[in-house]
Amino acid sequence: MDEILLQFLNGLDKGGAYALIALGLTLIFGTLGVVNFAHGALFMLGAFCAVSFNLLLSLQKVTVDPTKTTAWGTPLEVRTPYVEAYLGDFGHWILNYSVPVSILLAIPVMLLIGFAMERGLIKHFYTRPHADQILVTFGLAIVLQEIVKSIYGANPIPQVAPDVVSGAADIGAMLGLGAGVIVYPWWRMVYLLFSLVVIAIVFAFLQFTTFGMVVRAGMADRETVGLLGINIERRFTIVFAIAAVVAGLAGVMYTPILPPDYHMGMDFLVLSFVVVVVGGMGSLTGAVSAGFLLGILQSFASMNEVKAIFPGIDQIIIYLVAVVILLVRPRGLMGRKGVMEN
Amino acid sequence: MKTRLSPVGDMVLFAAFTGAVLTMPIWLAPVGAGYPDLLQKFAIYGLFATGFNILFGLTGYLSFGHAAFLGVGSYTAVWSFKLLGMNPIPAVLLAIVVSGIFALLIGYVSLRRSGIYFSILTLAFAQMCYNLAYSVLTPITNGETGLRVLETDPRIFDSTTRAEGPLISKLFGFDMTGYPGFYFCAVLLIIGFFVAQRIARSPFGTMLKAVKSNQNRMTYTGLNPRPYTLAAFVISGMYAGLAGALLCITDPLAGAERMQWTASGEVVLMTILGGAGTLLGPILGAGLIKYFENIFSAFNEHTLSSIFSFLPDFLKELAVAISSLFVGEGWQLTLGVLFMLIVIFLPGGIMEGLARIGKLFRRIGRGSDKSHATAPAE
Amino acid sequence: MEILKVSGVNKSFGGLRALNNVDFSVEQGTVHAIIGPNGAGKSTFLNCMIGRLVPDTGTVMFGDISLTGMKPYEINQVGVSRVFQTPEIFGDLTLLENVMIPTMAKRDGQFALHAFRRLDQDKEIRDRALHMLEDVGLAEKKDMHSGSLSRGDKRRLELAMCLSQEPKLLLLDEPTAGMSRADTNNTIDLLKRIGDRGITKVIIEHDMHVVFSLADKVTVLAQGTIIAEGKPADIKGDPRVQEAYLGGAHL
Repeated sequence: MDEILLQFLNGLDKGGAYALIALGLTLIFGTLGVVNFAHGALFMLGAFCAVSFNLLLSLQKVTVDPTKTTAWGTPLEVRTPYVEAYLGDFGHWILNYSVPVSILLAIPVMLLIGFAMERGLIKHFYTRPHADQILVTFGLAIVLQEIVKSIYGANPIPQVAPDVVSGAADIGAMLGLGAGVIVYPWWRMVYLLFSLVVIAIVFAFLQFTTFGMVVRAGMADRETVGLLGINIERRFTIVFAIAAVVAGLAGVMYTPILPPDYHMGMDFLVLSFVVVVVGGMGSLTGAVSAGFLLGILQSFASMNEVKAIFPGIDQIIIYLVAVVILLVRPRGLMGRKGVMEN
Repeated sequence: MKTRLSPVGDMVLFAAFTGAVLTMPIWLAPVGAGYPDLLQKFAIYGLFATGFNILFGLTGYLSFGHAAFLGVGSYTAVWSFKLLGMNPIPAVLLAIVVSGIFALLIGYVSLRRSGIYFSILTLAFAQMCYNLAYSVLTPITNGETGLRVLETDPRIFDSTTRAEGPLISKLFGFDMTGYPGFYFCAVLLIIGFFVAQRIARSPFGTMLKAVKSNQNRMTYTGLNPRPYTLAAFVISGMYAGLAGALLCITDPLAGAERMQWTASGEVVLMTILGGAGTLLGPILGAGLIKYFENIFSAFNEHTLSSIFSFLPDFLKELAVAISSLFVGEGWQLTLGVLFMLIVIFLPGGIMEGLARIGKLFRRIGRGSDKSHATAPAE
Repeated sequence: MEILKVSGVNKSFGGLRALNNVDFSVEQGTVHAIIGPNGAGKSTFLNCMIGRLVPDTGTVMFGDISLTGMKPYEINQVGVSRVFQTPEIFGDLTLLENVMIPTMAKRDGQFALHAFRRLDQDKEIRDRALHMLEDVGLAEKKDMHSGSLSRGDKRRLELAMCLSQEPKLLLLDEPTAGMSRADTNNTIDLLKRIGDRGITKVIIEHDMHVVFSLADKVTVLAQGTIIAEGKPADIKGDPRVQEAYLGGAHL
């Protein structure tokens, strides 16, 4: 029982990341009709927003403290980050909270990147075949990750969660199942909540604003909305930028869970595509539920008991589910007719 | 697309191709590619891309999982070395058969869907193969270390042979390294090209083009598209298996990374770069990519600064700084940029570019008065 | 003799009844037109006959073969060809290849793995295809890509593709839709010429001029039900038909 609960929890945060990426992917599919293979790269760029912010904050000022000397007799050099030197405690606080605070940096940056990508590249591919869209965004993904590699190197750069949430919660004890049975890192819980909030914001935005209404109408029937004389092009740009921000935020907050490296986007992209296909191309709820579902399934498949029965199942579960779903329900769990079908 | 050659034209093309492949060591020497290791790579990836093109170029089905068959071919070949001995011929034959069976299974399932769904399904299968090769299938694949031939392996037909260094594949007493290794691959490339050419000109090939052009019309014409696409899938899987086996003849080592989806992406790029749907394009694309990979990844700051030495100092440093992003470790960046440029500006690949240039010259030569003779009569 | 017999076909989409107990039969060697106002269920009816849709109830018999539940390519293989409202051709291929493909489908069946034979050396197929192109007057364009043809030519090409299979029954969905008067008349002439070969034809048409120049018999469909059937002259005067066409503005 507690083992199951633990795996369930373990699957949720990964599921949250899948859901956020898949949400953006399917939003772009549904409205723009574009298959974006560079979406994982946006996730990765978000993660590196957090890395850059942290690096920026950690720039150190070197002062020489003449009153003290090192063991070799030279004056001691004291290194303090500039923010701490100038802002004191507040600076220290920001440094500690660099991951969540970098969201403030990530939003404008990702908006800008999304805007530039759509205007500069994607918009020229609206009428091109899907194969071309896949190929050009695949090329873009390679370019983006190689640029990041050349700046930050190939090694993962670990980020730390703020001290307050750095430990783990003993959920077992809270639920009266006994201490130490279910230990769950606080930050993963934060991530889960965060992803739920972002998902809720996106849904609310689409549900309650006129803009969102038009976007939803466009997902249902693109031609009609075009005929209504609504400026679709500008909305496409905004939708793309929103999807970029969502992917970026998913990346920012994931850094304390997985130290970011340049190819993390590709790893997540492949899985997120599978999530979108399982959820049903063009279905937002489908993407979100499939994201969590697959995250949890993956977590369960990695239990030793399960692996003992089906060796290697943890490695392939997501793909296996995708294959089965696509064959049994060709349009995915919640896909509608006519989306991405020639 | 100018693919409608007469039988004589085809024979000339084939003869020219054969000649060009066999003399590669000579005419590629001036550009620094005249050594057997690289030439062998040209031939192997040329085969891989030629096979991929039978599926993608003719039917339009974009597989993102062809690296799986490359990997299966490699593992099969190494096992053939381990069990049967170091002769490359059974290894190659077995690799073709086994990867064909894999392709039949994966294709049968994946081809129930088309478009983006097909791409995702093939990707999913390839990733499954990759992940399994790394984990539970370790007894067969030897996991992360990769599968290699050991002195202690049974090697039924040549177990008595002992080698000083690493075991190397042998045919008729020739070690499959250096030029013998290249020529073995080159001969197979020529055969592979011949088969692809025959397919492209055959009724079967025409049906594959019909699949790409209009499946709806095809079904209402009394044709079942699925067996056609499946046959194309299996054939292209066999080419990939063959290429995988050839990768092992000089260096009998098979690793799971050969199945990773980046490898699948690479063969797509080769095909697109050269020109999907053309016969020579994919081979050209494969050669160019392997060539540039080889040249560019060997560059370093030192070679760069000697290249830009004619510039004034500050410009030189700038040029070196910028260009060093694209070479050496950064070769992948060049690849990505190239990929994008081709898809954006030249979707037909190099072959289309050549055709455009050719047309331009013909028009100049002929004068502009006749150039509209083939315009559609409305 | 009846070549096609449709009995008791019903088809609903959601709550909407598109076809209501339709009985219909076509005599061998005749030209049978199906007319009706927009939304009468003509296309649904055609799709039920050709295997694109499966009727909820009822049977479609072609000679003594039941077409119900058969795949489109199987239906074609027993001798039913179809011309679409917007011409469906192989746009990336040449005109000659376009006609050779159905000719091969007729000879070799739904799948044949002839991977090592040269297509251009297959004299039988090539000659038949060329002959067919000559018949529709497209022979001199045989090496052009069909995608660049005019709409009228595409239609003629599609017709040539269907005819090359020597079908027993040819279904035509608005064969003159969107054509100029001159093109329409050309098509009528062409269809009349095919009539000489004894191919049974079912035509769905809006244009009464076409219907009355070609049809031996006319069936009128309105709201998924057959409301009249008979010789063109009789149908012209039928008050129910006038009514269905909103006061007979089209007649």
